[in-house]
Amino acid sequence: MSSSPEVRGRHAVKPTATAGAGAGTAIMEPSPAAKKIEGRSPWRLALERLRKDRAAKIATGTIVVIVLCALLAPLIASWVGHGPNQLFVDTGLDEEGNPLAPSSTFFFGTDSNGRDLFIRVLYGARISLVVGVLATLISVALGTFFGLVAGYIGGVVDSLIARLIDVVLSIPFLVIAISIAYISHPGFWLVVFVVGVLAFTYPARIVRGQVMSLKEKEYVEAARALGAGPLRIMFIDLLPNVIAQVIVYGSLLIPLAIVSEASLSFLGVGIPPPTADWGSMINDASGYYQAGFWWYLLFPALALLITTLAFNILGDSVRDAMDPRGAGIYE
Amino acid sequence: MSTPDNDVLLRVDNLVKYFPVKSSGYFQKKEFVHAVDGVSLSVRRGETFGIVGETGSGKSTLGRSIARLYDITAGSITFDGQEISQYSQRRMRPLRRQIQMVFQDPMGSLNPRRRVGSIIGDPFAIHGLATGAERKRRVQELMERVGLNPEHFNRFPAEFSGGQRQRIGVARALAFQPKLIICDEPVSALDVSIQAQVINLLADLQAEFGLTYIFIAHDLSVVRHVSNNVAVMYLGQLTEIAPADDLFTVARHPYTGALLSAVPLPDPDLSERREQIILVGDVPSPIAPPSGCRFHPRCPKAAPVCVSTIPVLEPKLGDKPAHVAACHLPMAQGENLADFHPTIAAAQRVIEGGGLLSGDEAEVSTVAAEALATSDTPQPEGRRQ
Repeated sequence: MSSSPEVRGRHAVKPTATAGAGAGTAIMEPSPAAKKIEGRSPWRLALERLRKDRAAKIATGTIVVIVLCALLAPLIASWVGHGPNQLFVDTGLDEEGNPLAPSSTFFFGTDSNGRDLFIRVLYGARISLVVGVLATLISVALGTFFGLVAGYIGGVVDSLIARLIDVVLSIPFLVIAISIAYISHPGFWLVVFVVGVLAFTYPARIVRGQVMSLKEKEYVEAARALGAGPLRIMFIDLLPNVIAQVIVYGSLLIPLAIVSEASLSFLGVGIPPPTADWGSMINDASGYYQAGFWWYLLFPALALLITTLAFNILGDSVRDAMDPRGAGIYE
Repeated sequence: MSTPDNDVLLRVDNLVKYFPVKSSGYFQKKEFVHAVDGVSLSVRRGETFGIVGETGSGKSTLGRSIARLYDITAGSITFDGQEISQYSQRRMRPLRRQIQMVFQDPMGSLNPRRRVGSIIGDPFAIHGLATGAERKRRVQELMERVGLNPEHFNRFPAEFSGGQRQRIGVARALAFQPKLIICDEPVSALDVSIQAQVINLLADLQAEFGLTYIFIAHDLSVVRHVSNNVAVMYLGQLTEIAPADDLFTVARHPYTGALLSAVPLPDPDLSERREQIILVGDVPSPIAPPSGCRFHPRCPKAAPVCVSTIPVLEPKLGDKPAHVAACHLPMAQGENLADFHPTIAAAQRVIEGGGLLSGDEAEVSTVAAEALATSDTPQPEGRRQ
């Protein structure tokens, strides 16, 4: 399958997760449910495989915790009694006006403005998750549409879309993103839009390639022989056949979008302050790390790392579950 | 094949379909695969018209061109009195209900991600003929008619066997009650025992609904069993058309003769006595087909006239008008092809001129002729420009 030792290690623990089934899990899997006469859709098969994947379980658990943190952030804030943008000039800074280390009052310490870092990290999760999911939805929707159109219609339309993808891919993401952010006002929706639109190239390429091979299938000819128009063929016949790849790729785009958003915020062209955001928090902390204020950098960075790692591992497991033969999107 | 006839459901005149070959550079000369090159035939109402030929002879392209899945290069197709060869895909839509196809690969022709009920319901959905419960009822009716369990409409194609999948394909084609069904190798992918079932199903449906079939196959015994008339195709052209029984008793074209001699006989004694004709060489490239009669590089009876002149489909040696062959030196009854040797040398089997791409063609055909001697595949690529 994959040559990455990390992935191999993860697969090595698989048999223990399905204790008793032994090493032949891949072959054994369908047998318990085979008693049922009811036909099972490919989706249910994938879900069943996903349920047996221990890495997927851990990643999903982590993501659930992060989502809960984001959802319950206001509740936790009111319980602790610290608002996300509340300045504790007296209690949150030392005599020289520097951040305080973690304590029973400030679990993650405070930042240079005397704000509670713990609450801000929780609130930062909201931005990261919402931007990550919304931007991914945009790129997946755009990418699927352009990929379907380019792949199925072909010809000049395909050339135009393919060149557009090449152009977007050839310019580094940050260069375009910063340029766009500079000429308009940075803000939440701009970040969502920029991250989402620029990442459409990846799903578009995947879908285009898939559709180009799928459109030669006899079932597409059969649909044409029945009188189906191009729209129907694209969205009723071809879309269900590429949706698995789209979902797999989409689940891997979420962490990419989260990191992109954090990068933009880190560079000061993302979510404008004072909104709590991991990227801008890491940027603020960078000047303080050398001076020994380790918590200031550590907690937002750790939050970002855990979130993206969890999404990446889940995405990887989703790919394995959707395509057990291993002919994944990485070829 | 000249006067209009009410009996004729489909008439094809000089149908030509070329496919452009993907060239490596923008400045290279465009090349074309001559998939179907001047085919004329007519199909009567209620009959089964068989088309046989080896792989790459263009028989599938012919079928798909008639169904207008392709835009044809030239020629005319008259279906039920309408000239449809130049119809746009939009104008073809209402006609799709009358011309349907059954495909070879029963797995490939069914969308693996859609349930069987929705696949068979497609015709109703596309043409807005029935919705909801009515559609489901009609789908289940069709499933029952083709011998499937109507309860299984919620299953995926992968949950059916090959024969059952082909029944699904037949049910889908039948939904419109079409006039013409083009069966493109409908049983080639099936086990022999299943082949018989599907063929019998097709025959029953023909009797019940008065269907007309175009039956494309490479299996001669199947074609003989189902067809009223049979056309033999070689390199994009028809070499012989005849009523099935005539063709299998008195083949006029040496290619037909060679094909027939390859059919396994159930009687070992008869099989022993029969001389099998093994053709030399490969089928020449359809990008630059041979001049004159396209079969001449492989024909045991080839003579100079075969190289210089394109033969016309016409009755030979006193055959009835329905039996036509395109051959300068047709075979007489009882003639044994193995006794013949070409009267021209392999390298001289080609002359300039004739055909559609005269200069290039001659050059490549020389290659083909040389290839015959060395039994190498002709490689026309790279010899241009």
